[in-house]
Amino acid sequence: MELKEEQSQNGSASAGSVPPLRRIVVESETVPIRVGDYAGPPDPNYGREPWQMAAGNDAEPVWIEERMRTEDLSIAYGDKRAVKDVSIEVNSGEVLALIGPSGCGKTTLLRSLNRLVELTPAAKRTGRIILDNQSVDEFDVTQLRSRVGMLFQQPNPFPMSIFDNVAYGLRERGSKKPRRKQLEPIVVDALERAGLWDEVSSNLNHPALALSGGQQQRLCIARSLAVSPEVLLLDEPCSALDPISTSIIEDTIVELKSEVAIVIVTHNLQQAARIGDRVAFMYLGDMVEQGAAGQVFGAPREERTQEYVGGGFG
Amino acid sequence: MSVDVRTAAPGPRPGPKRDSRPPSRGHGSPAPIRHETGWSIGDRIGLVAAWCCGISLCVVAAAIVLFMAAKGLQFLHLDMLTSSPQASLDQSQTGGFLDPLEGTLLLTIIGIVIAVPVGVAIAVWLTEYGRPSGLARLVESGVEIVAGTPSIVLAIFGLLVFQQSFMGFLSFTAEGGAVFGRSFIVAGIMMALIALPLVIGSTREALNTIPRHVREASYALGKDKASTIRRVLLPSARSGIATGATLGMGRICGDTAIVVILLGASMQTTPESGPFGLLRGTGSTLTSYVYNNSPAGEGNAPEKAYAAAFVLLIIVILLNFVVGLIGKRNKPQWN
Amino acid sequence: MEAASLSEVDAQASLDIDRTDRRVELLLGALASTILLLIVGMIVFVFLKALPSFTHNGLAWFGWGGSVDEQLMNIFNSPADPSDYVYHLRAFPLLYATALITGVSVVISIVFSALSGIFIVEFAPNRLRRTIEPVVKLLAAVPSVIYGLIGILVVVPWVADHLISEGRKESVAYVIQLDGTSILVGIFILTIMICPIMIAIIVDALRAVPEKWVEGAAALGVNRWRAMRTVSLRAIRPAIVAALVLATARALGEAIMLSMVAGSVGFSPNPLDGFTFLLEPARPLASTIVDNAEGLSVAPFGQTMYAFAAILLISSFFLSFAGWAARKSFSRYTLGAR
Repeated sequence: MELKEEQSQNGSASAGSVPPLRRIVVESETVPIRVGDYAGPPDPNYGREPWQMAAGNDAEPVWIEERMRTEDLSIAYGDKRAVKDVSIEVNSGEVLALIGPSGCGKTTLLRSLNRLVELTPAAKRTGRIILDNQSVDEFDVTQLRSRVGMLFQQPNPFPMSIFDNVAYGLRERGSKKPRRKQLEPIVVDALERAGLWDEVSSNLNHPALALSGGQQQRLCIARSLAVSPEVLLLDEPCSALDPISTSIIEDTIVELKSEVAIVIVTHNLQQAARIGDRVAFMYLGDMVEQGAAGQVFGAPREERTQEYVGGGFG
Repeated sequence: MSVDVRTAAPGPRPGPKRDSRPPSRGHGSPAPIRHETGWSIGDRIGLVAAWCCGISLCVVAAAIVLFMAAKGLQFLHLDMLTSSPQASLDQSQTGGFLDPLEGTLLLTIIGIVIAVPVGVAIAVWLTEYGRPSGLARLVESGVEIVAGTPSIVLAIFGLLVFQQSFMGFLSFTAEGGAVFGRSFIVAGIMMALIALPLVIGSTREALNTIPRHVREASYALGKDKASTIRRVLLPSARSGIATGATLGMGRICGDTAIVVILLGASMQTTPESGPFGLLRGTGSTLTSYVYNNSPAGEGNAPEKAYAAAFVLLIIVILLNFVVGLIGKRNKPQWN
Repeated sequence: MEAASLSEVDAQASLDIDRTDRRVELLLGALASTILLLIVGMIVFVFLKALPSFTHNGLAWFGWGGSVDEQLMNIFNSPADPSDYVYHLRAFPLLYATALITGVSVVISIVFSALSGIFIVEFAPNRLRRTIEPVVKLLAAVPSVIYGLIGILVVVPWVADHLISEGRKESVAYVIQLDGTSILVGIFILTIMICPIMIAIIVDALRAVPEKWVEGAAALGVNRWRAMRTVSLRAIRPAIVAALVLATARALGEAIMLSMVAGSVGFSPNPLDGFTFLLEPARPLASTIVDNAEGLSVAPFGQTMYAFAAILLISSFFLSFAGWAARKSFSRYTLGAR
């Protein structure tokens, strides 16, 4: 997969015309598309029916089902409001990319979905978050977090062996400790789905901290997958990694999206265009625009979105 | 059914084949182990245990502090601080603990006067020089060993050394040549030993905090290592040295074993005749006074023991407080 | 004569600097090495002095047989002639008392300190936390004689009044008198003495655990207690070992407090006595030395005391070494962690 950037012609900027957009060109092995040219139906009701199909590269149907949604969610740290009245949906079968400049509330929104924002002492939340038609306040926060997993910007494997890391979530809940024989198939499966199995299969007792940065992040993916979450929240997972690790992880994300609803916060617009199916643009706590990736990048409705996507600020 | 066909970004591997059913959790993976609630029995027991330990810690700490305060205030009279202990069968005649107070003060001064220069020198050598590195590591281990040796062992080792005839000048020599080997200076030297690791540790920490560019700037100005250390580094490490010295003082004040063995059991400060008589003399300290007045010692004056213990506790609290103050006030800012 | 050239002056100056530097370095290095000399000297002298006691008893020195206090009395009363010195000693009761009191105290206090540390860092309400932390640091500095005083004036009489009934006294009257000074009080107060150091070290170490691990465990749906136990406690294992070593060293060397509250009898408490076992007195090595300090001038007696000191020295060396080895083995899993 190659990535090319083109600058559009600068010349004809008459008053009222669209400012020059940086065209993001994605070429795949099968069909090259120009995201800037695709102005598909700007349908605000995109993605509602459970069996609306979006095609994989071999036109296989992928189910889209709502997993989580927020309703008028607001989060404030003391007096400062970090997230203002955001309503958003998270569906399995697709990747939701949250984009926006630093400090605009994307990470706060993400961390509220698994109630991790409660670890910060001054945080207050209003509005509802629904997981599978149940408000997240209704059940135990540990259960929520085992259904809604999270990956952090800095890979954070525990100071244990690879096996122990992946098996950690499985071992440390409930009173019965599963035996290693029971855990092994799950661990192996998780490592395979995370794309790490080939590299570590020789020795699962190797210390996790001896792995490279990209491998550690994939280990964290495997660790989150082992508890079979319904939703996976990714907080700029590739920002600390080199391009090769980044592309491996992006491939993994795309493969996982059919089983797990994925929300990814990213600074990297190219990344959002590569792997995002739906994109939500946040600015200073407001959800400015959300919709299909093609629509948000190609024909954004709001001016702020246009400016941001065009590289006007960041 | 409208079909929105989009080409998603493909990866090098084709996606998994699916049939037209809603996806199950992972293909062929074993059923997930769903847990009942967040806290198992073991976890709850752990939580309760942590709370119990925490609360009982608070209770015991409060009990000790409040009890000592109550007993101390009950039994402490100001004249105890100013009168010397007397041997007497009548409790009201046994006087106060002025001499033990003097003894504590004297030993602390001797100990610190020896420990600080020696400790700072060793700390400087360890951080600024430290060659050959094998020797430096040995010295580090040595300091740790001294820190870990029980003070009773150091005390009788001191006795062994200072009872040799050539050490007679440090204490009293009886007729027949037997060196007494117990005096303020002898006890003070061993006290310096127990304060030494604390001084060395704090000074090293302080020196290590000073960033390299400060030293390099000094060398670039043409100063040699010795004057750099003397003029630049040590003044900056002042608070660390002070912390170590205060910690050492606290340790010296509280030690009883060395006093019991090496100070000679005289109630009052008894200087020897001749030069440096006070240093070569014997006496007692607050700690040995408390020990002797408790049921474990000869005396049976728990009131006096409580009063002296209270004064000792106040001294230790004050020293601790001073350590905290030094730490807060003199945080050097390096940018 | 022509003035020396500038470069020659410079060269001479830097040579002088080097020389003074060298001299200072040598001086300081010599001073530092005196520490080593001191330790070597301590080991050599103490062992030399202790040797006769060991050679006269052989391995039976560590065994049992007869009353230790009687044997010590006999040694003290040795005739003046060196060839008639009495050395006979079976030190087991003292070794047993040392191991028992130190071991039990350390085990109880590591559990208590770890739980208290977790409480302070994770579960304590803020105001309580702000009060208890300085108090713990203060308790660590309280002299042992004060603990001993409270022990002997408060705890021992309480034990004597409430836990030692006449019947209990009768049951062991033929062997030992129960007066309240006991290993129970000794262990209790020793635990209180060594906990503050451990708690302070553990709390500092728990605070230093990287936030990312705590967050990672929380994000996996693991509750706060489990996360503490499986991630934080595991991560601070080197600090726990350091705390253990420090606390054990303090417990081993504790002479004054234990001499005040654990009894001044070289007796071996008998576990077969049931609960009464805890109420029997005992006297560890360090306390024995302190209690018998006046007799040090009598040659064979002094040598026996130095033999006890030698055992204490070996134990503290062994302890330091064990701590160093344990900390080395933990570094495997923290490669490049920080």
